[in-house]
Amino acid sequence: MDHSPNPSHPEKVYFFGTCVVDLFFPAAGLAGIKLLQAAGLEVIFPQGQSCCGQPAYNSGFLDEARAVAWSQIKLFSKDYPVILPSGSCAGMMKKHYPSLFRGRPEQAEAEDFAARVYELTQFLVDVLDMKFDDLGEPTKVTWHPSCHSMREMGVGDQPKSLLRQLSKVELVELPRERECCGFGGTFSVRQPEVSAAMVTDKIDAIAETGAEMVVSGDCGCLLNIGGALEKAESRAHPKHIAEFLWERTHGRR
Amino acid sequence: MAAAEFRDAATRALADPQLRANFRRAMDGLMTKRAAMFADRDEWTALRSLGAAVRARSLLQLPELLERLEAKLTENGVHVHWAETVDQGNAIFKQILSRHDATRLVKGKSMVSEEIGLNHALEADGIEVIEADLGEYIIQLDHEKPSHIIMPAIHKNKQQIARLFSQKIKDAAYTEDVDRLTGLARQVLRRKFAEADAGVSGVNVAVAETGTLVLVENEGNGRMCTTIPKLHIAVMGLEKVVERLEEVPPVLSLLTRSATAQPITTYVNMITGPRRPGEKDGPEEVHLVILDNGRSRVFADPQLRNTLRCIRCGACMNHCPVYTRVGGHAYPGVYPGPIGKILTPQILGMDVAGDLPHASSLCNACVEVCPVEIPIASLLVRLRGEAIRPEPGAVKGAGSHADPTEAWTWRGWALAYRVPALYRLTTFLLTRFGWALPGRMPLLKEWTSVRSRPRFASQTLHELARREKVSNQ
Repeated sequence: MDHSPNPSHPEKVYFFGTCVVDLFFPAAGLAGIKLLQAAGLEVIFPQGQSCCGQPAYNSGFLDEARAVAWSQIKLFSKDYPVILPSGSCAGMMKKHYPSLFRGRPEQAEAEDFAARVYELTQFLVDVLDMKFDDLGEPTKVTWHPSCHSMREMGVGDQPKSLLRQLSKVELVELPRERECCGFGGTFSVRQPEVSAAMVTDKIDAIAETGAEMVVSGDCGCLLNIGGALEKAESRAHPKHIAEFLWERTHGRR
Repeated sequence: MAAAEFRDAATRALADPQLRANFRRAMDGLMTKRAAMFADRDEWTALRSLGAAVRARSLLQLPELLERLEAKLTENGVHVHWAETVDQGNAIFKQILSRHDATRLVKGKSMVSEEIGLNHALEADGIEVIEADLGEYIIQLDHEKPSHIIMPAIHKNKQQIARLFSQKIKDAAYTEDVDRLTGLARQVLRRKFAEADAGVSGVNVAVAETGTLVLVENEGNGRMCTTIPKLHIAVMGLEKVVERLEEVPPVLSLLTRSATAQPITTYVNMITGPRRPGEKDGPEEVHLVILDNGRSRVFADPQLRNTLRCIRCGACMNHCPVYTRVGGHAYPGVYPGPIGKILTPQILGMDVAGDLPHASSLCNACVEVCPVEIPIASLLVRLRGEAIRPEPGAVKGAGSHADPTEAWTWRGWALAYRVPALYRLTTFLLTRFGWALPGRMPLLKEWTSVRSRPRFASQTLHELARREKVSNQ
């Protein structure tokens, strides 16, 4: 998996919130912004932003995906890193934008943009090397790595290393953690039975850990897993890692 | 086969706890064993790059390599036949067999023979075909198709096989002892090998420079099928060729380690022609049937061509969270799992299997383990696009799933998501009034089968960012 060269001392970064965060988990997005600000960075959130285009792309509507993708690229034109609180949307921008614009006049700009894209925990660990003091109550959590964070963005131990910094957080490994939760965007409604079987197995695995919270870096997964946990009246709750880190290290807002 | 058939078949499979337990246990075991085989990441990366390069290079010069293969095989005394379609493939078999008055066949494991429905076609002409691979023999007794390309009877557990043998094999007492079960099959098959007029086999790799057919297997049945009967007919898809003999070891190493976590199989057969004068064994006549069945069309598109890199190891299905839950019988065609999701729609046509590329969460688990770096997820997305394109295209049946309503929905989506004022309006309406969406509306209804309905936030991140005075540019 290729990584972008680490910008040594970025002063400004762009934040791309993603449409799922915008509609369902805005607190996670804001926590991501605050974590970056707490590291002394100036965070720019272009108000014209919407979505990476992945829903249309994965449905085979490449022209529509390209139109939305290009409208985003233009908003992030300065040479600052672009940080996303989502491995999946980051993967779309980093991995698929270059192929989406290959052989077109926008190619160079799309490639330049893609090279600046980071998943949040990658940036916090690899670039900022952030250290946290845990201010929260003792708790037990498990980590759900998203497929695209692992297999498109090459995110490995970074998020877990952040969670391990928290002295009062017990991190329990999720059985079969590398297996997909069954979200897959339109997959969840086009193959609802298979998707349901996958998420049911996932929440059973979460229950097995005895964790109070399942922490993840992708809100698509959290929407899926969280919805299933709630319907099953499980004791475990979903939480985005940015929000979890912010709450435990800076207290609830 | 209708487009919705995967979903229906998958739903039936999901309701079978025995089937799900069999697959889960088997796939968990295969994944663990494979991981141990490739524990050295650097070695894996290097070998995989080599394997991918061998396959990609072979495909780049495919027409030329096939010509060289034919010339060399002919020189070696092997008769080469070309079958453009499934029917032509079966007709070639029938012609060869009738020339030899052959009515009893033993067959080693071959997915291409499944692809052309060989058993069925020959049995209709009164020819007996006995599957000599243990797994294939088991499913033949039960009149099933393979549920996995390497382990065709993996959907059955020991007890199910014990019951089947006691019912279908003459004078067989019920036993769950694996050695005794294997012994029962061996007794039947040994007799069939001795009586057979012809042996049929598949091909794992064909080498153009030497005219060698390479066949790997663990039971010895492949060797028996290709050496005991007087007549041997091999069958392969036209993509199986490589140029040089030295390209075989990396491909085989990737194949056997990915498939069954073996450094090498018990038998590696390299067939370079019929019995020569003075030799004591081997068939008197060897034929190779090379099947196209839509592969030329796949080959013609530079992106889709990557589908033909496949060496049929089955690692993609072993690691697929969808396959693990529904098993191989849920998929239309004969190739299940991720490779089937990209190959079957191209062979059968998008009109027949156009929804199959959607039977994936695009989790990329298959991409991660594919030993020849087939970009399966990208090909799935490409085929999704082919299904809904407004006009016919490179793929058979392209455009057959074009739906004006869906097209207009995405056009509307693209407009709302690239014009900031419209996006702001859309998200404002959803965050304020999204709760009022009727629970029985399509999509929401499917979503809430096992999930509570998604709750829109009261304010968007855009609004929170403005409130917190986060800089806009």
